[in-house]
Amino acid sequence: MAVSIDVDKCNGCGMCSRSCPYLALVIEDKKAKWLEERCTLCGACLESCKFGALTGEMPTREVPDFSDYRDVWVFVEQHDGALHRSAFELIGCARGLADDLGQKVAVAVFGAEVKGQAQDLIRHGADRCIVVEDPGLAYYRTCTYTHVLGEIIRGYKPGILLIAATHLGRDLAPRLARRMGLGLTADCTRLSIDPEEKILLQTRPAFGGNIMATIVSRFSRPQTATVRPGIMKALEPDATRTGEIVVEELDMAECREFTHVLECVLQEKKRADLAAAKIIVAGGRPVCSERGIEVLREFAEAVGAEVACTRVVVEEGFLPVEHQVGQTGQSVRPEVYFACGISGAIQHKAGMDGSRYIVAINKDPDAPIFGVADYAIVGDLFEILPALTRSIKGS
Amino acid sequence: MNIVVLVKQVPNTHDVRIDPKTGNLIREGVESIINPEDRHALEAALGIKDRLGAEITALTMGPPQAIEVICEAVATGADRGILLSDKAFAGADTWATSTALGLAIKRIGEFDIILAGRQAIDGDTAQIGPQVAEFLGIPQLTYVRDLEVLEGKITAERVLEDGCERIEAPFPVLLTVLAALNEPRHPTVAGMLRSASERAPIEVWNAADIGAKALDVGFLGSLTQVTRTFTPKEARNTRHLEGSPGSVAAQLIQCLQEQGIRLGE
Ligand SMILES: Cc1cc2nc3c(=O)[nH]c(=O)nc-3n(C[C@H](O)[C@H](O)[C@H](O)COP(=O)(O)OP(=O)(O)OC[C@H]3O[C@@H](n4cnc5c(N)ncnc54)[C@H](O)[C@@H]3O)c2cc1C
Ligand SMILES: Cc1cc2nc3c(=O)[nH]c(=O)nc-3n(C[C@H](O)[C@H](O)[C@H](O)COP(=O)(O)OP(=O)(O)OC[C@H]3O[C@@H](n4cnc5c(N)ncnc54)[C@H](O)[C@@H]3O)c2cc1C
Repeated sequence: MAVSIDVDKCNGCGMCSRSCPYLALVIEDKKAKWLEERCTLCGACLESCKFGALTGEMPTREVPDFSDYRDVWVFVEQHDGALHRSAFELIGCARGLADDLGQKVAVAVFGAEVKGQAQDLIRHGADRCIVVEDPGLAYYRTCTYTHVLGEIIRGYKPGILLIAATHLGRDLAPRLARRMGLGLTADCTRLSIDPEEKILLQTRPAFGGNIMATIVSRFSRPQTATVRPGIMKALEPDATRTGEIVVEELDMAECREFTHVLECVLQEKKRADLAAAKIIVAGGRPVCSERGIEVLREFAEAVGAEVACTRVVVEEGFLPVEHQVGQTGQSVRPEVYFACGISGAIQHKAGMDGSRYIVAINKDPDAPIFGVADYAIVGDLFEILPALTRSIKGS
Repeated sequence: MNIVVLVKQVPNTHDVRIDPKTGNLIREGVESIINPEDRHALEAALGIKDRLGAEITALTMGPPQAIEVICEAVATGADRGILLSDKAFAGADTWATSTALGLAIKRIGEFDIILAGRQAIDGDTAQIGPQVAEFLGIPQLTYVRDLEVLEGKITAERVLEDGCERIEAPFPVLLTVLAALNEPRHPTVAGMLRSASERAPIEVWNAADIGAKALDVGFLGSLTQVTRTFTPKEARNTRHLEGSPGSVAAQLIQCLQEQGIRLGE
């Protein structure tokens, strides 16, 4: 847009200048003057002139034609040539989306030597596997990976691109999105195709999980999302599936890497704090014994959970105070909170009733904890927890 | 040395409650705070200033009341504060937010280090840091829990999913930091008086001041749109699971799976 002033019609009344929030219209020598560098093209002035001296047009925003962008792509995360567990989950999810669209699933995998993984990716649901091999891709580097993935996207024009919402994915995806001009939805837990518009509906938690938002990217392609690991379901591998493997050669000299890795220390997973835990297994008074703690721990380990407890358990000396949940302990909001042998005192509930799902296991059918439970199991935790542990390990 | 610290005003999500009838967020009585990790970003800047000397600018984009976080940053030791505020910025996604912040940083001028929180507790995307870095064409170091400033460069320890890496970057560089990095200091009384005085080094910039067009920023400049928000779950509908321990276990695993939660993976 440009604002133009017809000086013959302008009488310098100043109405346009008053309508502009940005001081981009000034009166000089009794005539209005438009200062382009201060104009934000907001359009506030367009109706302001009663004498028809000021004209202009608002730039409009159109949805571009994206008909040549197709297929659902997954960026496959690998470390040291081993695929990250999220890869198969994302392919499983992409398969469903591609089937709804009548399109294909393609995966992009980069590394020093990764071609050998292609068949496995195909068995899990990919139709096409784009491989880029280079010694410089062995270890993840932000700018190098952004460059390579960007070039691949530029060439292939995917309709949808999924990246795991891991530390790596959340370092790469926003950098890539900014470079390529892509809308990006963070940490999605649900993805589907809008039946009418055929666009990707991206659902994610925000406000610490208090709100779910469904987000669309109408103005750019590929529609790009990071996807929370552990939520989407991988397909059973099918050895009869076939697919195409394409090895791409890229000029690696073009990417500029600024940083220098001095050292990388891989360690056994540090015990995360309760506030960040996705699943918490908490015990109350009845776990106050060696056997009780063991039953709790075994189940927690089987589901990859953190162990927590009520104040009683801390007071009895069976777990350190960092594990206490409640008013005088920690507040937690995991995806699932297992309350095992916990009565449900208000001081305890204060620390855990924001959890997404609460499972309560208690002998007493009238225990107050059942009032905040999504799943209530009346029974002995010494029977229920071992049964759960067995089922999970068995599956 | 010039340091820019990105700070965001957020509702304290520990206070956030949902109206059970309407399903809307109850905002009344919800306290506004500096995004927790941004206090650690500011502390990192102040630590560098204490040791090596630096000029610190705190920058935020938000509605007029977001001036509060700028005042707090100045009261805590920032040398200058800038609030980007304009109707045109409203409704921005991370693309449009990073455009506005990036343009503002360019207007601030020379800088060596930009510090941001890893993630804001309301939007929760963790996208702004990398997007601002790319906008400015500078390296990014995310998930930083330790850092050391040396002659003309910085080394940082980044937390990875299964360990950590030590990485070196030249200036200018952008870092997104974790709470584990440091223990933030509090505003001082002298600082509070300074930030409240008429001559406080605080400015408010609008879209024209940073040379942004209405179509580049805010809702109109965004590439994503929120089409629907809802509460994850209404009042809890307790479901009783009955039977033998083995059967109860199987039912529970099934129920959670239907909610998208798979145990043991
Ligand atoms: C100021 C103040 C602050 C407090 N802060 C906290 C706090 O931060 N966190 C906290 O937890 N508490 C806190 N408390 C204590 C709180 O009031 C309760 O006393 C405490 O939470 C009870 O712990 P519990 O549920 O483990 O024990 P109990 O109340 O004794 O409940 C034990 C439950 O286990 C069930 N049970 C027994 N055996 C079995 C079995 N084999 N299988 C299944 N179920 C079984 C029983 O039916 C019972 O419901 C606070 C109290 C005060 C006054
Ligand atoms: C429910 C909901 C869901 C959303 N989902 C998405 C989405 O998936 N994709 C998307 O692109 N947008 C999304 N948005 C919009 C997004 O929240 C805003 O663009 C917001 O301004 C920046 O994102 P963030 O809060 O996630 O910041 P983050 O990227 O998490 O913030 C990281 C750091 O960047 C700095 N920072 C962030 N915002 C500012 C600011 N305004 N001023 C100064 N510094 C700042 C701070 O240092 C902060 O610690 C969503 C908004 C809502 C309400």
